[in-house]
Formats: sequence, C-alpha cells, structure tokens
Amino acid sequence: MHAEREILFRESAAAALLDPQLRANFRRAMDGLISKRQAQFPDPRDLQELRDLSTAIRSRSLLRLPELLEQLEASCTKNGIQVHWAETCEQANALILGLLRTRGAKTLVKGKSMVSEEMHLNAFLEANGVEAIESDLGEYIIQLDGETPSHIIMPAIHKNKDQIARQFSQKIKDAKYTEDVDELTAMARKVLRQKFLEADAGLSGVNFAVAETGTLCLVENEGNGRMSTHVPPLHIAVMGLEKVVADLESVAPLYAILTRSATGQAVSTYFNLITGPRGADEKDGPQEVHLVILDNGRSRIYADPELRATLRCIRCGACMNHCPVYTRVGGHAYEAVYPGPIGKILTPQMEGVGVRHDLVHGSSLCGACGEVCPVEIPIPEILVRLRREATHSDPGSNVAGKGTGRLAAEDWTWRLWAAVLKRPALYRLATWFATRLGDALPAGAPLLRDWTRTRTKPVPARRSLSERMRSEGGSHD
Amino acid sequence: MREVYFYGTCLVDLFFPDAGMAGIQLLREAGLKVIFPDGQTCCGQPAFNCGYWEEAREVARAQVALFPRDLPVILPSGSCAGMMKNHYPELFHGQPDEAQVRAFSGRVYELTQFLVDVLQVQLKDLGEPVKVTWHSSCHAVRDLGLKGQPQALLGQLAHVELAPLAREHECCGFGGTFSVRQPEISGAMSCDKAADAEATGASVLLSTDGGCLLNVNGTLEAKRSPLRVQHIAEFLWERTHAR
Repeated sequence: MHAEREILFRESAAAALLDPQLRANFRRAMDGLISKRQAQFPDPRDLQELRDLSTAIRSRSLLRLPELLEQLEASCTKNGIQVHWAETCEQANALILGLLRTRGAKTLVKGKSMVSEEMHLNAFLEANGVEAIESDLGEYIIQLDGETPSHIIMPAIHKNKDQIARQFSQKIKDAKYTEDVDELTAMARKVLRQKFLEADAGLSGVNFAVAETGTLCLVENEGNGRMSTHVPPLHIAVMGLEKVVADLESVAPLYAILTRSATGQAVSTYFNLITGPRGADEKDGPQEVHLVILDNGRSRIYADPELRATLRCIRCGACMNHCPVYTRVGGHAYEAVYPGPIGKILTPQMEGVGVRHDLVHGSSLCGACGEVCPVEIPIPEILVRLRREATHSDPGSNVAGKGTGRLAAEDWTWRLWAAVLKRPALYRLATWFATRLGDALPAGAPLLRDWTRTRTKPVPARRSLSERMRSEGGSHD
Repeated sequence: MREVYFYGTCLVDLFFPDAGMAGIQLLREAGLKVIFPDGQTCCGQPAFNCGYWEEAREVARAQVALFPRDLPVILPSGSCAGMMKNHYPELFHGQPDEAQVRAFSGRVYELTQFLVDVLQVQLKDLGEPVKVTWHSSCHAVRDLGLKGQPQALLGQLAHVELAPLAREHECCGFGGTFSVRQPEISGAMSCDKAADAEATGASVLLSTDGGCLLNVNGTLEAKRSPLRVQHIAEFLWERTHAR
C-alpha cells in the first residue's frame, strides 16, 4: 500500500523524527501552549458555549458569503479602502507588485500574513526588485535563515533560544552573542524600527473583515502589525475570501476564542481595527489603504456543503498544538504552507487531493484536532472524505484532483478484504489459518515489516473467540 | 431473562479472545442471556477510514444482518462501537437499508458503557493490591463519547490503584492502517506512550480497545519491559473472581 504519493510526508516526517533537538523544541512548546489554553477554559461548559457561538457565527458568515463580500467591498470603498479581487496567487502577486511599482515603492515591511505565504509573495517581490521585510519577530527570525514558517501562529517555534542566539550573533550586523531573551528581542526591535521608518509600503493580513462597517481586524502581540499598517504611506492588506463576517458584534466572540485557543491569552496585546487611510484632520496613518481578496481554490471548497466547514477556520493553530503527529515532526515536514491538521485538509483541497494524498493519510484519526477546534471543523471526518476523494471519482464531487490518487494494488487489497469479511465461511477459514500458523509468519512479510520496526510481531490466539463460542454452543440466536 | 447481543470485533476475536469471553461472562453474571451470533467478522472501519466505502458497506451490511432483534448490541471496543454507532448512519446514507442500519446503530453500546450506564453493576474486588494505568482510546473517548465509565468501574475495585498516564488523552500511535502507512511516526508515538506507561510505575496498562493494546503491547515487548497490557474486561473478570 505504499505508493509514491505517500512517500513525501512519510519521508520528511521520518527525517524530522531523527532530530532530537527539533522534537524537544516542539514537545516543550506544544505542551506549554496546551496548558496555557487549558487555563483559559477552566469550565468545559463555558468553552462549549463559546465554541457553539463561534461555529454559528462562522457558519452563518459562510452561508451568506457572496452577499457579505459584496457588502464588504461597498463598505470598504466608502471608507476609502480600495478593494481588489484575485482568483489566483499569481494575480494577487501581480496586483501587489503593480500597486508598489506605480508608487515607486522599493521596500515593503510586512506584518504577519499566512495568505502572503500562500502566495509566496516574498520570493516574487524579491525577483522583481522589491525588498520584503518580515517584522513579526518569529517571521523575522526565519527570514534571516531563508526558512518558511513551521507554525501558523509561531513561525519560528522549531527553534529554541540558544539556536536564535547563535543565529542573531551571526546574521545581525554588530550583534553580540547573548542568550538573554529580552536582549535578543531588543536587537530585532532595533533593526526593525529603522525598517518601519524607511519602508515605502506596509503589508498585513486580516483576521476578520467586517462587511457592515468595512473594518479590517488585525490581531497581534508585538505592535509590528500596527507599525506596518500605520507608518508607511501605503498599506496593503491581503485576505482569503472566507475571512468576512457580517458585523462588529460577530467579531467579539471570535476574537475571544481565537487568542485563547491560539496562545492561551485572554486578549492579545494589540487589536487593530483598520477603517481606512489617514483622514484630512488626522496626523498619522497611511495615505492609501488597499485590500486584496484572494480566492486560490476557496470558492471550490465553498461549493461543497461538507468541505465548506474547512473555511470556518480562524487560523488559531490549536489543532497543530494538540496534534500528536505535528508535535513530533514539526511544521516543515508537511512541505505545505499550512501544516498540521488544518493543513492536512486545506492543502490537498488547494493543490489537488491526488498529489497531496500523502497528507490525508498522515493522521491516526485520533480526533484531538476536532476536539479543540474553536469552530468545530470536523477535521477527522474531512480527512476520511478526502481519502475517499483521492481514490474515487464521484461525478457529483468538485474536489481538485479527485480520483487521481487511485492505485490498482490498493483497490485490490480492499476488494479482497471485503470479499473475505463479508463471507463468514471465508473469514472462518482465514482465522483458522491465522490461529494455527500462530507466529509462523516471517517478520519481514509486507505490512508486518513496517509494524515490527518498533514492535514485536502480533501473535494470534490459538483459538478465536468465534471458535470458542461455537464450541460452547447454545449462545447463538 | 433479559437478552443482549455480543459483537466480538475482529481484533478481540483473533488476538484477545479471553477479553471477549470475560466480557460475555461479566454480562452473564449481571443476569443477562448473551447471544453471540455466529458469522460476525469486522465492523468495516479499516476500509471506511481509508475511503473505500463500498467495500466497508458490504462488510457492514453482513454484520447488521446478524443482529435483527431489537436487543442491545455490546462490543468490547470503543472504536468499533463508535464506527457502528456513529459512522454506519453516514456510511448507509441514502441506501435502501438506511433505516434498518440506523435502528441497529441506536442499539450499539461499548461494554463498560453498558455495565455502568445500563446495568449499574457493583463489583467486589477479590484480587491482591495492584497498581494499574489507564490508556483512554481516542475513538472510545472522542468518537464514541465514553465519559469515565471504565474509570468508574476500576474505582469500585478496592485494591486497585490507578496511576494516570502523563498524557492520558494522547493517541498511542495505532490508528489502524496508519501504523503501517506511517510506521515511523506511529512508532515514535507508540514508544512515547510505552515510556509514559512505564513511568507510572504500574504493572499493567488497561484499555477498552484491542488496537491500542496490540500496539502498546508490541512496543513494550520490543523494549523488554516488564509492564503488561490487558483488556479491561479481562481485568475486571479476574479481579472479581478468585483464581
């Protein structure tokens, strides 16, 4: 059952497992995040109430998505925010480059944005002569090393303090070596402060876009989001089209559950409500604000009533923090912009379920992700659905790459499995052999070989339960 | 006399028949007539979870046909009970026999669930003092929705000390086909679980589910640990009966 398509995640995960430092960094960090979240939700009933409310808000927003997006565009336009639509990442990148070029912008300072990661914006801008500087501390750390985020909220979580200390002393000009976190933070702050003042433009993501008021909400802890959106003369915000909510009233519960689920904070240090460019009587703020709304496969996901739940995601990262697989292999092993459980359902839907079949099978279906998800996305159920989509071509399905992960060997395995298990006489024969052969099967046999890497061989009992009950007699209906 | 059905599950049938027998005995002792229909095989979960729903349905349909009477169906497994209770309705959605399957699903119980919630059994511990640890199967808790029934039963045993695992609710790494499709990650999870279990100082690890037990046992054996695993049904039967 091992196909090429499954090798990708399996191999990179196996490599990650061999790195004890990486495993220790993730375990420590995830354990911390789990207990911080737990402390924010002391009463399971309160938590469930907030989850129900948040789920309802996100579901309702999605139900009215086309209408809310139109309303958002109108409200933003009224506020002086110019709205642009992009169906693909290429279009979004070109749009942003166009905005920068027409204003002669050479440097762009960025607040944290996963959508910009999805677009591979930094590489695109660099290739086109624009310097993009990450200003979120975690993003800044990984940009110094040319890495991608290993977590959607804490992009540099794969590194520990000592690794960052070494990195800063090598990569930041005139930096002295220190392991003091405050000193390290101050070093980055000093570099970035200058960048904020010099940048020609700023870019940010959007946590919630409010249709009624045309407000862009930005949740952050470092103030870099405010600096990126406030100091340069041009602010460009990018968002996936699912981020819209109807009104400001919808924002409060989502914000409350987002920060608690993500970092175990009751509130974030900064919560920005961006409503437009600098007014005539205002002393600061950008002269222009643009909003780029990206589709990139989302409307396809939206079209499926079950898979639509994927778009409820508020990007808190709780699913990764609680995932036993993510905790052990870290985010880079997924070789995807969005790692962890949400990435396992989002990436195959965006990139094609056949080519990323490896991801949908990289789960034990333990359900920890679905249990903590603040908007109750049934991630395990969607994983099973996508496994099905990868190997079957249902004519009613809209899933990208459906049926392209099909393998004759796997088909035959399941056909044979069903042929035996639906016929009691064949099952009886098979178990008779299994119990009599006992541990005669060589440990190197297919499947057993993989099982016995870390385990002894499972040995069937001498007599099956069915056999014993048959000889007991009298218990049958 | 009240009657119930017993569904053994393939893993118990083949690897833990003593646990199956113990479950049947516990029910009989509570005054029930236990019907074990011949011809039962597998609930169909492996194919269902891999996306092979037609194959899963064929096998599931053959199981449902063995339990026609309106009696509780009791399983010594939270995972298989979750499959039959929660996922059969989904698997048979829109099928001609959906109503029949739904009625069946409504009668499904996991063993400890039935012992506690329905029978409200009272156990008397006859065993020597022992320290045990508890592994909560992910599907038993998160899918089926078991809420402390096994712990309630263990709590009735006067000489049994329950030492909790460091990460009681973390997956042991079995995950059915996951254990052979992703053997490296699965193995890493299993080794961590085995280490957590050893750190409790318990002499036996208990669970409701054969998959987890098979996995943790194999891992413990490979590292030559003295710690053993046992299905809760077998443990309860042994504790309440002098050897």
